Formats: sequence, structure tokens, C-alpha cells
Amino acid sequence: MKTTSAAGGYSPGAGRALRLTVFYVTATTVSLVMFLPFLWSVLTSFKPDNEIFAFPIRWLPSHFTLEHYRDAFTTVPFLRYFGNSFYLAIMGVLSNLFLGSLAGYAFAKLTFRLNKPLFRVLLMAMMIPGVVTMIPSFYVLMHLPFVGGNDWTGSGGHGLLNSFWAIILPGAAGSFAVFFMRQFFLTLPSDMMEVARIEGAGEFRIFWQIYLPLTKPALATLGIFTFQAGWNSFLWPMIVLNDPLKHTIQMGLQAFSYNHQTDFGPMMAGALVATLPILVLFILLQKYFVQGIAFSGVKG
Amino acid sequence: MIRSRKLHAHQARMAYLFISPAILLFSVFTVVPVFMAFYLSFTNYDVLSRMDWVGLSNYRKLYTDTLLWQTFRNVLFYTVIFVPLNILTSLLIALLLNKAIRGVKVFRTLNYLPTLTSAVAAATVWLWVLHPEFGLLNGFLSYFGVTGPAWLSETRTAMASVIMVTLWQAVGSNMVIYLAGLQGVPDYLYESAKLDGANAVQRFRYITWPQLRPTTFLVSTMSIIGALQLFDQAFVLTQGGPANATKTPVYLIYQQGFNQLQMGYASAQAFVLALAILIFSLINMRLSKAEEPIV
Repeated sequence: MKTTSAAGGYSPGAGRALRLTVFYVTATTVSLVMFLPFLWSVLTSFKPDNEIFAFPIRWLPSHFTLEHYRDAFTTVPFLRYFGNSFYLAIMGVLSNLFLGSLAGYAFAKLTFRLNKPLFRVLLMAMMIPGVVTMIPSFYVLMHLPFVGGNDWTGSGGHGLLNSFWAIILPGAAGSFAVFFMRQFFLTLPSDMMEVARIEGAGEFRIFWQIYLPLTKPALATLGIFTFQAGWNSFLWPMIVLNDPLKHTIQMGLQAFSYNHQTDFGPMMAGALVATLPILVLFILLQKYFVQGIAFSGVKG
Repeated sequence: MIRSRKLHAHQARMAYLFISPAILLFSVFTVVPVFMAFYLSFTNYDVLSRMDWVGLSNYRKLYTDTLLWQTFRNVLFYTVIFVPLNILTSLLIALLLNKAIRGVKVFRTLNYLPTLTSAVAAATVWLWVLHPEFGLLNGFLSYFGVTGPAWLSETRTAMASVIMVTLWQAVGSNMVIYLAGLQGVPDYLYESAKLDGANAVQRFRYITWPQLRPTTFLVSTMSIIGALQLFDQAFVLTQGGPANATKTPVYLIYQQGFNQLQMGYASAQAFVLALAILIFSLINMRLSKAEEPIV
């Protein structure tokens, strides 16, 4: 049945009603399976404790309670973690949008001798698995000269470890951002540039005032990607941030789940709070989510 | 002539200025670390004091490291099950929802929702779904008189649980990629196939599947690379247990490097994992090429 639908074909008559029924039944079942864990955790987060631990399953709470949300925010400094993650994600978005489009524009629109070779190196680097650079990046951050108590040889202090820079800097101009923006700038015509030059506009002004405003859809897509990646990242913040006050929301949620294995109400409340920003972003900017993924499909 | 050369020189200078922040960060946090990882893997670096050259002894130690090979067996098992299942499920759902029918957008959104959660949040939710007594899954099974296992604490089911959770999270975005791919298959291929009397299965076999080859290649490559570096879900769901059944190489490298501070040795382990990723990606590339004659 399913492959029939792939062909996009339809046959008029009695078969059509049957096909539609089969489609709706299958689609509903599949979607329900995917959606149930979500629904279940939302319902759990509003249930009183005695109804959470009920057998057989009690689906709807007898009354809605917000106590689990209160617990989640009082047993751990969840609000602070939320703020930390938000700051890190926003910084990641701003730096990647600016530096990524600046470099992407140069690679797409300006002629210079190292254009092709440098871009090829960037592309190749995208294939290097993150696990290889994990340990040496830690070393580099720890031994950056003149920061965090380090002298000019990069020793004596902790460098950028345990500061938000340890997360912002390594990800501030991702190769993917450069690549993504370059591909978009390539689709824009070059004659506007020539005209602007004749009019006497500087190169940065041409980029900033003429070309960048034309890439708004691409910036939105890249911004969403970067925000989601920053907000959801877990292993790297866990490695470089020791100070409990600097923890991110994913670290907070993990520690909470680990230490309060039986408090499922607050756990579900925490998980939902940690998903909320992405969910809001999705509701507001749905079409850019889909466009972005479709782009990654095209590039392959 | 002179003017134009001057202009080009100016343009090039500006271009180097534009790319310099990105290239600088790239050099410091990618190029230097890659070479350094290689160097570190030949030392006994431990953060605190030592960084002596120890030659091949880290790599020799890998041989007899039974825990390392167990983590590799775990993650290979995971990859071999997860990647095909991921492709199959995403493709089937995309085929199902690739229609202009009322309500199809709602179905697509519902299937996409799990990809919006972070790995940690998803794993947290599933800790509860997989709860042996009061969880959703076993509660559901009990409707049919089946007593479900303690999913996360039994060696037999722990890895299956991790596969289930990661699959739930991955299918949505791959479905969207496949939907985009399906949209790119030209209609006339189907029309002429129908005229030639090809049935649905044949149309899928000889048109849809070959036409989607680049899409499948992309999806499989990304999911292989991601699968071999599995960490977040294994960390939150099972802490690598029970009895190391779900411990992955990245997990081990993290512990070895950042808990036990054996960073030299951990770097050697990271290189072995990178090699495995390379080999699997190449195998995948060969498999994708082998399909070519069909087109």
C-alpha cells in the first residue's frame, strides 16, 4: 500500500475510499506512536504524585498541578541554567551569522588567490569527527596565552576553561556556517556589486547593505540550526564548565535525572522546560526549519 | 589597466580581511587540535604534569584493552541495527506522507516533533517511558497481558532501548530529507512506467529507490557518523551499564581523558574511533556506488 502512495498515483472509484481509509489509519497509528512519549511526559508533569505511580496507567490527571514545575526550579537552579544556555545559544547564533556570512560572502563573491584551496580545506575539515579534536581543544583552551592567569607561554593559569568563552569561541565561526552562507551568496547576481563599486561604495558596505539583507531566509535557517545545536549541546559544556553556577540546562537536567531517579514529575517538568525554547522557535519559524533540512538534502 | 589591477588587489585584501576571523578560529580550534591529537597520542599527557614522548606504547596498550574492544563491539552492534532501521523507517514514513491529502501536514508535524528535543531531554522522557513498573511501554504491554522487561537494567534489552530512543529522535528530520528527495523525482518517470504496466513495487524498485540514491547516501552517511559517536543517550539512559553493555567508545574516551586524565591514551583511542568512522563511511560509499547500474 505504502509504495503505491509513493508514485503519487490515484485510481478513481471505490478503491479510492478504501485507500484513503488505509492511509488515515496508518498515518494516525504511526504519528500516535511518535507523539505518545511527548504527550505522556506532558501529562505526567501535571499529575499529582500518587497518580504518576498508578497501575494500570492513569492517563488524565484528576486535577492539574504545577508543583512539579515548582520543584524542578527550586531543587536545582534551573532558571540560572536556562539563562546560561540561552546566553550561549544566542552568542553562537550571532557570531555564526556574522562571521559565517562575512567569510561565506568573500568565498562566493570576491576573487583572491587562496579562495579555492582555503575553501577546500574548510570542507575537508567538516568530515573530521568531533571526538578527535575534543581533547586537544581542551588543551588549547587551557593554554591560551595571556588569559585566565596564563603568561605568554600559556601556562600558570586555567586559560579559558570554566568560562563561557570555552564554548563560544571554538564554535563562533563553524565551517558549516561558512559553507552554508557561501552556497546562498553564490545564487545572488554579481552585477549589483559592480554598480555599487562604480558608485564608490566600499567592500564592507556592499556586503552589509546590499548583499546581506538579501540573505534573510538563509540567515533565519542558519540561526535556527545554530540555536538548536547550541541549546542542545551536552558533552562539550560538561567537559569545560566545572563551576556549578555556569552549568547549562542540559547538564542541569542530566544531573537532576541522575540524582532524583524517582522524582518523575519534576523530571518531566524539567525536560519540557528544556525543550520549550526550541518548540517556540519551531512554532514561530516552522518553514525555515523545513527549508534548512531540505537544503542539507540538496547538498548531498 | 593599472586601475583594474589596483582594484583587484584591494578586493583581495578585503577578502582576506573578511575571512580572517573565521580562518583564525578554524586554525586554533580545528587545524591545531587535529595535529595535536596525533602528537598527544604518542605521549603520556595527563593535564597536571607530564607530557613525555612514549612512542607507540599507547597504541600497543590498545591491543589488550578489553573494555575498549567491548565498547567498539557495542557501538558496531548499535550502528548495524540503528542505521538500516533509521533509513527504512524514515523512508517508509516519508512515502506514506508524500501526498497532497487533507491533514498530511499535521501528521508530518507530529512525526517531526521528537527531533526538536535535545538528546538529554529525550533520554529523560524515555527513562520514564521505559520504567519497569509504571512506564508507558510496559503499561501498554500489560493491556495485552505481557509483562515487559526492566528495559534499561537488563543486558539483553539495554542496547535495544538505546536504539529505540535514538530512532524515535532521528526519524523526523530524515523523513523531511526524504520528502524533499521524493519531491525531486520527476512525475513523467512514473507515468511512463505505468504505461509500461509496472506495478507499485516495481515502480518503487526501479524508479523511487534509484532516484533517491543521493538522499539515501546523505542520510546513511550522517547517521553512520552520528551512530559511531553515540554518547548523550547512553550517558543519560544507562550510564553505560548494565555491565558496560551500552558503553560506547566516546563514553570511554570521555572517562579516560577527563575523569582519569589519561589524555595521551584517550587520544590514541580517539584515533582508532576516527579510523572506524572512516572505514564505515568508505564502505557506505562503495555500497551506494554499487547501486548505480540500476539507474
